[in-house]
Amino acid sequence: MSTATVETTKSWGGGKSPFNVEYGKLMMWYFLMSDAFTFGAFLISYGTIRFSTNGWPDPNEVFRSFPFAPEGVHAPLVFVSVMTFILIVSSVTMVLAVKAGHEMDKKSVVKYMIWTIIGGIAFLSCQAWEWNHLHHEGAWWGRNPFLNADGTASSTNFTNYFFTITGFHGFHVFSGVIINIIMLIMTLMDKFEQRGHYLMIEKAGLYWHFVDLVWVFVFTCFYLV
Amino acid sequence: MSHEAVLHGDAHGHDDHGHHEHHDTFLTKYVFSQDHKMIAKQFLITGMVWAVLGGLMSVLFRLQLGYPDSTFPFLEDLLGKWGKGGRITPEAYYALVTTHGTVLVFFVLTAGLSGTFANFLIPLQVGARDMASPFMNMLSYWFFFAASIVMLSSMFVETGPFSGGWTAYPPLSALGDASPGSKTGMDLWIISMALFVVSSLLGGLNYIATILNMRTKGMSMTRLPLTIWALFFTAVLGVLSFPVLFSGFILLIFDRNFGTSFYLSDIFVNGVGALPNEGGSAILYQHLFWFLGHPEVYIILLPAMGMVSEILSINSRKPIFGYMAMIGSLFAIAILAFLVWAHHMFVTGLNPFLGSVFVLLTLLIAVPSAIKVFNWLTTLWRGNIRFTPAMLFAIGFVSLFISGGLTGIWLGNSALDIHLHDTYFVIAHFHIVMGVASMFGMFAGIYHWFPKMYGKQLNNTLGYIHFWVTIAGAYLIFWPMHYEGLAGMPRRYYDFSIWESFKQFGELNKFISLVSMIVFMVQLLFLFNFFYSIFKGRKLTNQNPWDATTLEWTAPINPGHGNWVGEIPEVHRWPYDYGKDGVDFIAQTTPVGADESQH
Repeated sequence: MSTATVETTKSWGGGKSPFNVEYGKLMMWYFLMSDAFTFGAFLISYGTIRFSTNGWPDPNEVFRSFPFAPEGVHAPLVFVSVMTFILIVSSVTMVLAVKAGHEMDKKSVVKYMIWTIIGGIAFLSCQAWEWNHLHHEGAWWGRNPFLNADGTASSTNFTNYFFTITGFHGFHVFSGVIINIIMLIMTLMDKFEQRGHYLMIEKAGLYWHFVDLVWVFVFTCFYLV
Repeated sequence: MSHEAVLHGDAHGHDDHGHHEHHDTFLTKYVFSQDHKMIAKQFLITGMVWAVLGGLMSVLFRLQLGYPDSTFPFLEDLLGKWGKGGRITPEAYYALVTTHGTVLVFFVLTAGLSGTFANFLIPLQVGARDMASPFMNMLSYWFFFAASIVMLSSMFVETGPFSGGWTAYPPLSALGDASPGSKTGMDLWIISMALFVVSSLLGGLNYIATILNMRTKGMSMTRLPLTIWALFFTAVLGVLSFPVLFSGFILLIFDRNFGTSFYLSDIFVNGVGALPNEGGSAILYQHLFWFLGHPEVYIILLPAMGMVSEILSINSRKPIFGYMAMIGSLFAIAILAFLVWAHHMFVTGLNPFLGSVFVLLTLLIAVPSAIKVFNWLTTLWRGNIRFTPAMLFAIGFVSLFISGGLTGIWLGNSALDIHLHDTYFVIAHFHIVMGVASMFGMFAGIYHWFPKMYGKQLNNTLGYIHFWVTIAGAYLIFWPMHYEGLAGMPRRYYDFSIWESFKQFGELNKFISLVSMIVFMVQLLFLFNFFYSIFKGRKLTNQNPWDATTLEWTAPINPGHGNWVGEIPEVHRWPYDYGKDGVDFIAQTTPVGADESQH
């Protein structure tokens, strides 16, 4: 936050927020904390089960396919890296949209919001492809065709957690795309020009960055570890 | 309504707050209202309906516990096949205790208590026209309402409501075939609870944002009434603990409906054989549940603590003793609330070393709790006490909190807990310290703020009868349960008369059941007083009937949407200037005089 030049009486004098934050943004931060606990609970549950189980499939073996690649191509984690890259780039375009909003530059806001939405949709499409592919290999909730890294039979909790948590994250990305589309429409309708600020874009941005951040953890926990 | 406050422009630069009170229809005023005071009343009255239903359920299962050999033909008329032959069936008994717990914990003491008083008091006491987002606030109520409807409908399905205990441990909750209540009843239970979590999240975010952001000029954080501080920590606890329960429920839904084994492993069912589920952990659910479940205790207790602090100070005509210590101890309790959940799981197969850590953290809660108790007692000490019904309930709260808190020290020891776990000792402990105590906080709040809510006075005589019967009844019901629990009498059993060792408690159980019915009747008397007074009560003539200092009493009687006519008052001092410099009370809006002493 830039240091405000507001003449404040002692202890922020009331009527003003403690961190000079608008109330909606404050709510968004608290919501994100709350949501962080939701994901935290999921990931900790996953960790608990995974490390109390004797074996676990090797992600390099499970996630090794790439769309349109010829049969038998072994590309461990390449596709998910592309997905992650797309999502992170969409975060960058979101930052640019927020920055453009601060500068009241409607044209750039529109441009970067469109890029962010495209990034979100691209990520979701990749996820859909990956789910579909895994489903064809026989994986689903309650079904796990993969063997443990040591060749023993694996428990279904590998797929159970994978689909539940990436699904829940995908649902968040989906909501984010919807929110971003609404923001884009509002921008095009000059709603924010009339209000004189693009705060809503900033709040949507907070959510979008949070969703990206969660992906970093989900990615680490399922693909890297 | 006598005064309709006019909303003046926008004092807070706050975009979606431009609605004016011009044309109120019945729907916008009483049903889809966005006025925090109306939403508070909606929460209160819905909570009351649930309290009556939940209380009635406890009377019904007490009937079984107290009179296991008798039959009551009216039960068959009332419950149909669940009361066959005039006796509550075992299935119905378990459904009743489960629903009693769920309803009282979540719908009455969370939504009914926080929902009512956070909505009512936060804008009025911090000096705001309404909540930060009145629309979200309205949604919060309607999600609660939807949750209520779903929970209520679960009682009318063929196989009955969920009956595996309010904690919904798997496998009873995860396997649809585990018991009749585990079928549709459990599905509805989860849906209802999910809606409830959304409601509490929407409400909580609003409470936090309003307290931090919407305070009037001069209302610094250290000038907030303790009620607001307590409601603030309550909201933070709710916002951070309910999502974990939500995650737990999502995994539970998958286990129930999509063939996963998050919570299931190595289960062998007689006549069916081994279930295919493997690799899951039932204890995982318990961790996720109690990570909410323990903060939930404080979500229930803190609002009562806040209101009691306020009421004790006002009616002792003395400043609250140790204002900063009160805030500090609320903060300490809120932090510790997240670090003690496993003390509910000492006997589920926890690593004993982990258990000992949780013993330490659990016993640490005694420190801030004791600070609060001593501060309440010192506030009363040499006060010029006015024994209003609200004050009596506040003192009753302190009494119950001490009595129930002391047994908490027993239960917090993992070694003692091996003996006491799942006995009537636990029932006695949590009912006194959290259930009845918070109920008392709620009653104190209702008696105290009723004039502000409805512009009428409650009948005092009925209030005194209500208090004395309830406090005596509460102790007569729950005190003997300590002895039963020490003797090893387990909770959640349908019929104790078949055990030789528990036959000695037959008469005692009968006595407890009898008292519980009397206490239930007296609550109906309170409800009569409440609803009668709304319409026929003495009209309030003084806008500050308790001579209190806080902002809500500077608003007109029956304030309209917007709370204050004209400007929002400015605050110049803390809320506890009682008996200062020989003056009975100085309102927060009074500027500090030049010759005034420092506190």
